Amino acid sequence: MTVEFDTSSPKFAEYAEPGRLVTGEWLEARLGQPGLVVVESDEDVLLYETGHIPGAVKVDWHTELNDPVVRDYVDGKGFADLLSSKGISRDDTVVIYGDKNNWWAAYALWVFSLFGHEDVRLLDGGRDKWIAEGRPITTEPTVRERTEYPVVERDDSVLRAYKDDVLAHLGNPLIDVRSPEEYNGSRTSAPAYPEEGALRAGHIPTAKSVPWARAVAEDGGFKPRAELDAIYREEAGLSDGDPIIAYCRIGERSSHTWFVLKHLLGFENVRNYDGSWTEWGSAVRVPIVTGDAPGEVPGRS
Amino acid sequence: MIERMTETTLPASLAEIRDEFLELPEPERLQLLLEFSNELPAVPARYEGHQELFEQVLECQSPVFIAIEVDDDRVAMFATAPREAPTTRGFASILVQGLSGLTVDEALAVPDDYPDSIGLRRAVSPLRLSGMTGMLARAKRQIRAKRHSS
Repeated sequence: MTVEFDTSSPKFAEYAEPGRLVTGEWLEARLGQPGLVVVESDEDVLLYETGHIPGAVKVDWHTELNDPVVRDYVDGKGFADLLSSKGISRDDTVVIYGDKNNWWAAYALWVFSLFGHEDVRLLDGGRDKWIAEGRPITTEPTVRERTEYPVVERDDSVLRAYKDDVLAHLGNPLIDVRSPEEYNGSRTSAPAYPEEGALRAGHIPTAKSVPWARAVAEDGGFKPRAELDAIYREEAGLSDGDPIIAYCRIGERSSHTWFVLKHLLGFENVRNYDGSWTEWGSAVRVPIVTGDAPGEVPGRS
Repeated sequence: MIERMTETTLPASLAEIRDEFLELPEPERLQLLLEFSNELPAVPARYEGHQELFEQVLECQSPVFIAIEVDDDRVAMFATAPREAPTTRGFASILVQGLSGLTVDEALAVPDDYPDSIGLRRAVSPLRLSGMTGMLARAKRQIRAKRHSS
């Protein structure tokens, strides 16, 4: 059962896939509707417990979506077990929201998409906007009946890029969504974040720097289509038909940009490189460029 | 072996907190961490408006700041962390409650891997827990520095 799209927002109507976003007003009016599951996914593993949208379930990127041993996502069985335990069915409409302008919500949406969950949407503006609008929050635990989510193997071939894919991709558009300091090589992690996990600093040759937050409007939601086109098409030079890879430090901020490029601007071939800088910046003999310029594709020997 | 060393050097305050966590089934440990988060004491009035008295814990993803006082060989720890970062607040609260009131030697003897011993690795994830390890290391460094100046 799929819930109808939110057609109330003129801003959404301009996007390539207007149905990928919902407004707080739309969601509040439909809480509890059969076929709709609201999922909260945050950076902070306890934030959900301090108060969440009534009826929402929590999915934690770290303890639930990641494999506990290998640096990878859960497999088809793991995902089926997880979604069954959350009471989500394969044909449910899933609306995800979270902290930090939906970083982790977008990341969760991307992982759901790797498993081909068809109808998964974001709450525009995420948790902060919902609260700022004075909408209901509860600490009441959510109880949903267990479902039988089918085991569907993850398909990494379309939406996900591995390091070797990025090497083969050099010369095609790459978007680095980290901070300018991480891009030019003065830091390996975002300002105010711990320095961790990469032995070298800089960016992948030819990557354009478009920090993720440029896609966010003042109210915390996504910027309107025309402003996004100005940033990604005119400024960053992306064109229809381009194969694009986005990356950041561990793949969460770039999931946010991936969502913008794929679902809001309609680029068909966009992949997220989740290995991102924590892999590239520590890998042996991969090319790296420092400074503010994108740099050149290195000669292949 | 490591167990025994930990037993002999861990102050009662931190041992009690650890046992409280370990007695609970894993999913309920998050609730206890939330309780700690809600209990983080406000900093004394003399710290208000004096951000320079605090040290930022850069190992944490959220802005958390700590301050240590050593007075007559007794440690007092203070911390601030935003409400929107309850996990980090919880870590700070555990250390504030566990370290405050200890003698300098007792506090410095707290094992550096105490955060790994309280049963949160799976519930919270090792990456997040490393923020608490960084917080403890910074607190001990401040205690060492202030012991000599007090």
